[in-house]
Amino acid sequence: MSDCLVIESVTKSFAHADAPVLAVDDLSLNIRENEFFTLLGPSGCGKTTLLRLIAGLEKTSTGRILLSGDDITHLPPNRRPVNTVFQNYALFPHMTVAENIGFGLKMLGRPAAEIATAVTDVLKTIRLEQLGSRKPGELSGGQQQRVALARALVNRPRVLLLDESLSALDYKLRKDMQIELKRLQRETGVTFVFVTHDQDEALSMSDRIAVMHKGRIAQLGTPQEIYHHPANRFVADFIGICNFVNGGIFGLTEAHDVGFRPEDVQLNNRTHKDGDLQAHGRLTHITYHGATTRFQVTLNSGEQVILAPHTPPALTVDSEVTFSVPAYRLIRCSV
Amino acid sequence: MILPRPHKLLLPFFIIMGLFFVLPLGLGLIYSFLKAAPYGGVIWEFSLEGYKRFLYVPDLRGMPVFDTGYLEIILGSVKLAVITTVLCVVIGFPTAWYMATRPPKQRDLWIVLITIPFWTNLLIRTYAWILILRTDGLANTALQKTGIVDAPLQLLYNEFAVTLGLVYSYLPFMILPIYATLERMDWRLIEAAEDLYANKIRTLWHVILPLTIPGILAGSVLVFIPAIGSFLAADMLGGSKQMMLGNLIERQFFSSRNWPFGAAISVVVMATVLFGLMLIAKRGQGIKDALR
Repeated sequence: MSDCLVIESVTKSFAHADAPVLAVDDLSLNIRENEFFTLLGPSGCGKTTLLRLIAGLEKTSTGRILLSGDDITHLPPNRRPVNTVFQNYALFPHMTVAENIGFGLKMLGRPAAEIATAVTDVLKTIRLEQLGSRKPGELSGGQQQRVALARALVNRPRVLLLDESLSALDYKLRKDMQIELKRLQRETGVTFVFVTHDQDEALSMSDRIAVMHKGRIAQLGTPQEIYHHPANRFVADFIGICNFVNGGIFGLTEAHDVGFRPEDVQLNNRTHKDGDLQAHGRLTHITYHGATTRFQVTLNSGEQVILAPHTPPALTVDSEVTFSVPAYRLIRCSV
Repeated sequence: MILPRPHKLLLPFFIIMGLFFVLPLGLGLIYSFLKAAPYGGVIWEFSLEGYKRFLYVPDLRGMPVFDTGYLEIILGSVKLAVITTVLCVVIGFPTAWYMATRPPKQRDLWIVLITIPFWTNLLIRTYAWILILRTDGLANTALQKTGIVDAPLQLLYNEFAVTLGLVYSYLPFMILPIYATLERMDWRLIEAAEDLYANKIRTLWHVILPLTIPGILAGSVLVFIPAIGSFLAADMLGGSKQMMLGNLIERQFFSSRNWPFGAAISVVVMATVLFGLMLIAKRGQGIKDALR
């Protein structure tokens, strides 16, 4: 696959009272054609700034941004063939839904008839055919979200930028929209760059994820790579839950702590496979989460771990337990 | 009259408004339908003389002759008030924009600066313009010293001076409401417009201006109404040639001693303004609905 968007050692610093703040720090990145790419990270990691740099809403301090080989670093936002779905949707309150969606095409100087057809088509795609003449204020949050999406997609941008676009929706609606987003991306073939702090969202939708930390990329990879083979402790801790313990408890001699995911363990199982690493501890707490049950275990070394085996055994607090982790599931990271 | 408790607190308001607003207004309305007494005051006899006077002025023998003089003064006043309002929008909008884009602390300072003129009486401030604009005034001295003009310009006692005085007096009333709407505006909408291929001018035209219309309308009402009835600026800066409605009304009650005509002008002006306000209110409501 060819590269759609290339970020070349881009730095963005903001003037601040004491010292300049580095929001994006010498970051390089290639985003492929037709890819669902996610920038994931905690707030303040620079992911939104990077998105705004791509949109042209912020100016790069140094570095270049290339879109399909063209240098767009110094183009103003209105001359970049990319569109943004804003976090709060930013729909124009004085325009109807149809006018909102047609705004981009109108600014591009397309004939009215063509705009009308495009708007009708995209309204159908987002299943809001009936609401074209409504004002944004008369729509629900989920509907506004879809209009914001349509307003960007109707322009057939080379890259669609989504800034925390689902975070304002409630849980159920968010799940629905995740599926909808994925469907729209497949149907339109547009490259999506999605910014989120929600690891679930990132894992479930993305082709590739860049985990960002302090303006840099902590790890770049597929959801599976990031989850099962985190490159460093930051990524392991940020994505899901990860227990880090001294290798000694498994009888290993390692220079660094080793990690394992709570759901990769078996608890008090009788069958012991070769290659499984075993450890002992005392059960201190049980929390029930519906689909899973979490067991908090204090190891003999005093370290605490969380275990969430796929088949939780019936146990009582304060009992002595044995658990095992398949060796290939062990996470080793040096930093 | 028995009023529920909270309404009793409104009693002073009703007394003041009744005595000093509704009553004089009613009197004005009644006077406009009476006959003028020769030395001021009225004769209590129904007459439409006051209204006829707009178009028919008695000649030396007392016969009514068609005359557009008064109509011209009225239209002139409306024209001046419209020009003043438009100029206030043109000057006020960028000013309000500048203020609204400052950091919050600076904005407060700007609001104080805008209200500073109100600390001095309007009469004194208008008089100051005479000192600036007269032949040997500040403006002419500066223009001559810098060699822009050879001979002093006639800046005072013309329409230019009156318009300048009106714009100067009422500009803050335009700036503040526009500023209030701009300050509340969602700035991300501007980013959204730019993201959707709109350049700066089209962003202003398609997004910022429509969202600022409530402020512009409020400001226009606050500028237009006092401007149309103003007599200070015309009196002091316009000399005897520039007469506005306010001056015309004032003259009927003092030098001309035609109270019914003065009252009739007031009634017509008020009716016109009220009608205009209703139109704006209707449009304003429509905009509010549109923004909801």
